[in-house]
Amino acid sequence: MREIEYREAIREAVIEEMNRDPKVFLIGEDIGKYGGAFRAYKGLLDMFGPERVINTPISESAIIGAGIGAAVTGYRPIAEIMFIDFTTLAMDQIVNQAAKIRYMTGDNLRCPLVIRTQGGAGRGVAAQHSQSLEAWFYHIPGLKVAMPSTPYDVKGLLKTAIRDDNVVMFIEHKMIYLLKGPVPEEEYTIPFGVADIKREGSDVTIFAYSNMIYKALEAAGQLEKEGINVEVFDPRTLVPLDEEALINSVKKTNHLVVVSEACERGSVASDIAVKITAKAFDYLDAPVKIVAGLNTPIPYNSTLEQASIPHAKDIVKAVKEII
Amino acid sequence: MPGNKKTINSKILNDIQNKNDNNITNNNIKLNGSKTSDKKEINYLSSMTEVIDKDKKYKEKKLTGEQKINLLRTIIKIRRFEEKTIQLYQIAKIWGYLHPYVGEEAVAAGACAAIDRHDYIVSTHRGHGHSIAKGADLNRMMAELFGKATGYCKGRGGSMHIADTELGMLGANGIVGGGLPISVGAGFSCKMEGKGRVTLCFFSDGATNNGVFHESLNMAAIFKLPVIYVCENNMYAISMSVCESVACKDIAKRAVSYDIPGVIVDGSDPEEVYFAVLKAVLRAREGLGPSLIEAKTYRFGGHHPNDPAEYRDKKEAEYYKTEKDPVKNYKARLIDEKVVTIQAIEDMEKQIMQEVENSVKFAEESPEPSLEKFLEEVSGI
Repeated sequence: MREIEYREAIREAVIEEMNRDPKVFLIGEDIGKYGGAFRAYKGLLDMFGPERVINTPISESAIIGAGIGAAVTGYRPIAEIMFIDFTTLAMDQIVNQAAKIRYMTGDNLRCPLVIRTQGGAGRGVAAQHSQSLEAWFYHIPGLKVAMPSTPYDVKGLLKTAIRDDNVVMFIEHKMIYLLKGPVPEEEYTIPFGVADIKREGSDVTIFAYSNMIYKALEAAGQLEKEGINVEVFDPRTLVPLDEEALINSVKKTNHLVVVSEACERGSVASDIAVKITAKAFDYLDAPVKIVAGLNTPIPYNSTLEQASIPHAKDIVKAVKEII
Repeated sequence: MPGNKKTINSKILNDIQNKNDNNITNNNIKLNGSKTSDKKEINYLSSMTEVIDKDKKYKEKKLTGEQKINLLRTIIKIRRFEEKTIQLYQIAKIWGYLHPYVGEEAVAAGACAAIDRHDYIVSTHRGHGHSIAKGADLNRMMAELFGKATGYCKGRGGSMHIADTELGMLGANGIVGGGLPISVGAGFSCKMEGKGRVTLCFFSDGATNNGVFHESLNMAAIFKLPVIYVCENNMYAISMSVCESVACKDIAKRAVSYDIPGVIVDGSDPEEVYFAVLKAVLRAREGLGPSLIEAKTYRFGGHHPNDPAEYRDKKEAEYYKTEKDPVKNYKARLIDEKVVTIQAIEDMEKQIMQEVENSVKFAEESPEPSLEKFLEEVSGI
């Protein structure tokens, strides 16, 4: 199968969906000639014109509001917030408006809106451009949250997100845009709420998502040499969450390590740990272990930045502690 | 430092009284007096002139008797509906937050009369009047206020969230200014669809001090979106007076920043509102972009039914209630113009009261939302 970059997979999904449905359009900052901060929209302005590739001023609330207003009147916008850190500027529109509008109006207004954004550390861009804020959106009823880790997943999930009648927070990771992976030429979609086992194993389940999948796979490779057979579980979407598949994995391995780049306090990771402890307690041979980022704003200095997020060695250590 | 409220408010009162002498055609912001050689300013003036010229035909237009009667009916319907909701709130048939539109009826009535049924409106927390003026069914509105399954939002939203796709009513809003960014999206939708549809966005004086006001008007202006921004300046954001919260005297003046028309109208006069909005609607339908209309109006009651509004000057409130009551004034005007008779108005009142009473009966007799269904729905995601 051919291999393409993560950002190219995003671009393909967007092109296919815009060709399929004239109601799909793009709105966001620097998405015109510039092609988006990570060039995922390269050439789309020429392809679809300024009516469907709307390049906006730096107005995050108005970008999300524009997405909501167009969505409730029949369009399928993909609103881009350049960094997840900047969603803070649009939280009323995301949390009080978009997330609530369908339910609050008795299903009267449907809001098929995709909010594309990216987060994560590793690029030396410090505390206001490196956060992992998925827990905020995970917490809000009315939002779906997708966090694809591979080119294959990002394409299939983005196409599903665009076709969904609800608001989807589509969170990418800045460190994997250039990563290549197999993506079929023919069309496909990936349903929400269906996890993917990135590596099968029998001794321990590592729950990870987004960029942490790669750290988990690295750890699994190292542990294999020591005779520990690791299963790497990628939920792909945090909301909806494929709980059943996770429980089944734990039933098989009897051990769970949850990995999260976001700091542990109030995190998705701690929520997963609680869920599995409550629902699969009888299958666990040891307490669920969490490997998470430190409780710190992400530092600029590379050594400090790397120290603030989990790595394969941390995951290896955690696995050994419970096995 | 907050100024002396009494002095400031009486100053506003004088200003507004003086403005009564103006009519709609010369109520655009007067920039002619400002001395400037700035090119932008000159361009702005020429674009204003263009709009005024384009609208000559509208200036000459007069409302038919039937249109006037419809305006009156809407105003009375809003008033009677709101009076009833206040009564029902006092006896706890309606609960939560209720923000009556009493005193501001002419704004919704005039503005919504200037758009078509298929056009969109974006509303506010004080939104009953907007819904009624857009043609909402009183039964479904009242049922929503009673939290019943037959309400517009199936009892999930209440007073602050009434919305209806078929009516083009994109929702009241519990967040001050929350609807402003949404109007931008509705505007994009109207523009992309290319059928001449427009969006009417209501918001308050309070909302204009929020950052989204700037983001939204700027974006609407950049993309020449067909949105008509109607600021209902009722002079108070809960208890905060516009005199203490808005840095310029007239909110319409803020239109200058976006190079769009800014117009001030007497919000107690439905015809003045109607013609100003119609002019802006025409402009929007022609692809010339948004307009900002500031309707000077007054909230007769407090922020909500239990707010005695002690922060306001009694004389000020008294002035508006006696001199600027849209129901009383418009009735008198139409009788004076011989458009309606006293008898016809009495009949209209009776018919509206009946409709309001029926809505209460409908709401009372409607079923509660099913708890089982609710639990089933939320077990999904």
